[in-house]
Amino acid sequence: MERTQLRRQVALTRQSLFDQGFLDEQFIQLEDLQDDANPNFVEEVVTLYYRDSARLITNIEKALEKNSLDFNKLDGFMHQFKGSSSSIGAKKVKAECTLFREYCRAGNGEGCTRTFQQIKKEYATLKRKLEAYFQVVRQAGPAETACWPK
Amino acid sequence: MFSGDMATAGEILRRSLTDEVGVSKGSVSGSEELHVLAVDDSFVDRKVIERLLKISSCKVTVVESGSRALQYLGLDGEKSSVGFNDLKINLIMTDYSMPGMTGYELLKKIKESSAFREIPVVIMSSENILTRIDRCLEEGAEEYILKPVKLSDVKRIKDVIMGGDGKQKKRRSVRKRGREDRNLFTITIVACTVILIDCV
Repeated sequence: MERTQLRRQVALTRQSLFDQGFLDEQFIQLEDLQDDANPNFVEEVVTLYYRDSARLITNIEKALEKNSLDFNKLDGFMHQFKGSSSSIGAKKVKAECTLFREYCRAGNGEGCTRTFQQIKKEYATLKRKLEAYFQVVRQAGPAETACWPK
Repeated sequence: MFSGDMATAGEILRRSLTDEVGVSKGSVSGSEELHVLAVDDSFVDRKVIERLLKISSCKVTVVESGSRALQYLGLDGEKSSVGFNDLKINLIMTDYSMPGMTGYELLKKIKESSAFREIPVVIMSSENILTRIDRCLEEGAEEYILKPVKLSDVKRIKDVIMGGDGKQKKRRSVRKRGREDRNLFTITIVACTVILIDCV
């Protein structure tokens, strides 16, 4: 009984992540790569993303603190960060990254700084939400990592 | 009356399809696994591409840079870690934007090598830049696909590679496929017109 409720919770939590625009189709692509032999693939990729991108966030932060901004360098960092974010389906984060790159190309330092604050906010929010989601997934049991209705 | 014309039209279509696609055996038989060398500087993308390929029943070797890829292939001038005959890479998939050596530079080095120029190389990039796409295709890339890479991309590429005739495949691109489609479309219209005219 409890398990059914947990499964319902998983489905609702998952749906809200899409409905609220936090995740896009790419997340579903990752879910499709899970099977009995690799039931936690999505969580593994997301964990790797947060671990790896922390480094990029720090680099961007340092680069933004300089008196004279190197927009090429900033754009380079952001290209990498956007790429990884895109690979896990982080929709809102990706959108802010696109904006950041536009400010880089325009040489607008203020725009970059402002947008970066937004990126960090979205990045942290998504992390919280995904952590909570994976926790319920684990509680509900292995069957939850099977194919989802599209 | 009907069936005769249908048969003729069908034959026209069938012949043109065979010409377009090429029915001869590929260099990789159905029972063999495709061995793909994937190159990407991103941890996340390496993990994803590896899984995409494994789930598509491919053998995968993943490296993090162009120089590592050349090292693996034994093209860096040093002794390679793998014996040449054991290598048998059937496809190389490389990210375009990488520090040090770009995917384009890696593509060039592979196409310059007599040992490996026949291996199809697919470029992956998050950026849809026509001049970049053109440059890669001109240099001999099999395809240029947009990231994030999907399972359907891998499946399609695998079908293309496995359906080859052993010879160096003509550079395929979304644009070129358009031309082939137009030919098939024209022939279909002609065939249907023949049937219709005969019915009147």
